[in-house]
Amino acid sequence: MLLTVQQSIIIILTISVGTFLTRSLPFILFPANRETPKFVLYLGEVLPFACISLLIVYCLKNVSLLSAPHGLPEAIAITAIVLVHLWKNNVLLSIGGGTLLYMLLVQFIFV
Amino acid sequence: MMEDKLKALKAAFPYTLPVMTGYLFLGMAFGILLNSKGYSFIWALFMSIIIFAGSMQYVAIELLCVAFNPLNAFIMTLMVNARHLFYGLSLLEKYNTAGKKKFYLMFGLTDETFSILCATEPPDGVNKGWFMFFVTFLNHLYWITACVLGGILGSLVSFNTKGIDFVMTALFVVIFLNQWKSQKRHAPALIGIGASVICLLIFGAQNFIIPAMGLILISLAFYRKPFEKGAEKCYLPSSSQSS
Repeated sequence: MLLTVQQSIIIILTISVGTFLTRSLPFILFPANRETPKFVLYLGEVLPFACISLLIVYCLKNVSLLSAPHGLPEAIAITAIVLVHLWKNNVLLSIGGGTLLYMLLVQFIFV
Repeated sequence: MMEDKLKALKAAFPYTLPVMTGYLFLGMAFGILLNSKGYSFIWALFMSIIIFAGSMQYVAIELLCVAFNPLNAFIMTLMVNARHLFYGLSLLEKYNTAGKKKFYLMFGLTDETFSILCATEPPDGVNKGWFMFFVTFLNHLYWITACVLGGILGSLVSFNTKGIDFVMTALFVVIFLNQWKSQKRHAPALIGIGASVICLLIFGAQNFIIPAMGLILISLAFYRKPFEKGAEKCYLPSSSQSS
């Protein structure tokens, strides 16, 4: 431990407060007892789909296509997940199988 | 009242199973990593209870291993978690039916909790507020359990966890597929991918999230007219108040 116990606690509390702030801000800006602007309601309908896309890109943000292994482990694992999921439609199989495949790929094949 | 809660718990549980798998891997990896930096499982317990944020807790490890700087930690938190602003916007209406439980729901609005709640309506006859509460609460429990287990295991055994964080990517890909199948119009999902990739290429991995959020908002604003023209079914906001 580089920091003291008190310093560590302060850092953790700061992160906790910051996290709660980003999660609660929309509810503070648009409280239940006032009418929410139509545009915000529209966003609420379409944002969930855009958000999941953003999250996928966020998860893959450190993959480099220019240097080896050129994103191959990710591409293979995601293709496998899509195929298995469309075929079996079993969430646990798709997630568990895809992750195991990826771990095998980065630990043994694309080392 | 008790029966209501039990019913909601039973309805919520199956939806949380994929997240349980994801959190077990990811939380344990977190506990192991934190332990390797000299913080015992007590710290993993403390952090998983009061922060409850997957990627942010990984960043927190980095912040605990540099010189003491709370302001920097605060700004980093806002940057890394900025995407949570969108989750709140998507769930404004749903959460407003939850009464006092709304505070806990806001606190526990992780990527994974959001991914379940944005795509799921509880079965008929199940109290919406308690359903959302138990989805959040079960996820929180899995997360705490996994982080603590990792902290304990980390001091006992070691195994190669390389690649384990891919479990979250896998989870989001599966949710993406389910959403895709459930919708006729795919423009919002495609806008999300297009805007994120463009901003990633321009701004780089460390800085692309906030520009990407901006570009998504602008693109969706342009998409509003065609969207509302094509909306044949009337949009009915849920107005049932229950707590």
